[in-house]
Amino acid sequence: MNIPIMLASTGRNFWDWVVYLLHVGGHDLLRGAGITLLLALTGTVIGCIIGFLVGVVQTIPIEPQDLLIKKILLKIVRWLLSAYVEVFRGTPMIVQAVVIYYGSMQMLGIDMSAMLAGFVVVSINTGAYMSESVRGGIYSIDKGQTEAAKAIGMTHFQTMFSIILPQALRNILPQIGNNLIINIKDTSVLSIISVTELFFTSKTLAGTYYTYYQVYLITCVMYFIMTFTCSRILRWYEKKLDGPDSFNLTSAGNAEKKGNNMRKGLSMQLFSRQPTGARSAMR
Amino acid sequence: MIFHSNPPVIEVSHLVKFFGDVEVLKDIDFKTYPGDVICVIGSSGSGKSTLLRCINMLEVPTGGQILFNGVNIMDRHTKITEYRAKVGMVFQQFNLFNNMNVLENCMTGQMKVLKKSKEEARATAMKFLTKVGMESFIEAKPHQISGGQKQRVAIARALSMEPDVLLFDEPTSALDPEMVGEVLEVMRDLVKEGLTMIIVTHEMAFARDVATRVVFMDKGVIEEEDTPDVIFNHPKNARTQEFLTRFIRNT
Repeated sequence: MNIPIMLASTGRNFWDWVVYLLHVGGHDLLRGAGITLLLALTGTVIGCIIGFLVGVVQTIPIEPQDLLIKKILLKIVRWLLSAYVEVFRGTPMIVQAVVIYYGSMQMLGIDMSAMLAGFVVVSINTGAYMSESVRGGIYSIDKGQTEAAKAIGMTHFQTMFSIILPQALRNILPQIGNNLIINIKDTSVLSIISVTELFFTSKTLAGTYYTYYQVYLITCVMYFIMTFTCSRILRWYEKKLDGPDSFNLTSAGNAEKKGNNMRKGLSMQLFSRQPTGARSAMR
Repeated sequence: MIFHSNPPVIEVSHLVKFFGDVEVLKDIDFKTYPGDVICVIGSSGSGKSTLLRCINMLEVPTGGQILFNGVNIMDRHTKITEYRAKVGMVFQQFNLFNNMNVLENCMTGQMKVLKKSKEEARATAMKFLTKVGMESFIEAKPHQISGGQKQRVAIARALSMEPDVLLFDEPTSALDPEMVGEVLEVMRDLVKEGLTMIIVTHEMAFARDVATRVVFMDKGVIEEEDTPDVIFNHPKNARTQEFLTRFIRNT
């Protein structure tokens, strides 16, 4: 009870405390941040895989000429999947963590570690959100490309995996980024089942020295560094996926004589966003 | 009547298509023989595109039957993907695969559907891209080329599957007037090579020049089907006359 008085009497000012806490607790905080990142990244990746699978199944077209058994099976699977999405989107992750961690022990006799429970909770939660994003991503690709793929004889799955999903993935990349950032922050709720991520470590440290403001300020900065770095990396990756703005004409470019003033055998770069000159040469 | 020594490639009989309660195609009968170039004309909403899409099973017909080399493609046991690989389609909106470059657009079907090797697919794709004059653009993505170029690539993509029949659904309707020519030129070349084609079009001059037969559709029925000379110069049907007069007046 007299700890705060004791601390106050040590005469440290605010920044002295920050330096001191980093000295005594910095290692633990970093390890906590590492676990937070591990949970968030793994959860997002597995969540995306779940989301893609659910999204693909949800968008399988039911044709009138399909066999009855296929129609019924698909309806049941779809009902189960939308139930999954609704339940996990519709309940707080903190509650899910408790129910899954303690429930798996009591009802199923599975003794999961808190960490494993954490991975499971974050993954299936992200999966529920992602499957809706993926569904939206698939619908965002114009139907014409699906028809063109069908018209050259591709099956539904060939069309999905080689034409639609690569484009849907690009379109929902900002959503994936959002989910990753939310996960970095929301893994803090896993402290309720004592997963030693950043928030749990901070709580312990703050409790030990009774310095809430200082510790949580450090925590705050650490969370921000993690989220900001991730969002920048994702932005860079988006740019990279979009590919270059220009393309090379292959050397035998004598078919397009109109406005094509390049020397024979030499490849020339054309900048598609350049308003004049190169653009008109291309057309 | 034109005499045909070969049996028809595509034989549509009593084809009916409903969209909800609306009957878009009413009892369509229509045959395509090898080497035919059939131009389907008619006003918007007459069912021309739906007919074409039914032939490729992009729309599932409500009734009737479609025979391809004597095989009923509406039968459940017919492998629809194998059939579609033999009947190419060129769309009004090009519908190129946006995640692939020009060359990949022409290779993917050959590799995925026809199970050709990469080298073989590449050679075939290059052959047809050269034919349409797009061989120097193989590295370009669809958003980097013009509408006319896109449509030429789309034609090369369809040809790369080496289909028996090629369907065109208003291939020049989404193009700027100055780009229509380059696409029609490619199509004229294909006619010279004797490719069997069914073309839904509003390009009357083109239809008159290249068609072996012209089909005039109105309100879901084939009103008249004859040689281009008869259809354009001495149409027998009153609706055909009305349509063509109005069409010529408007252009």
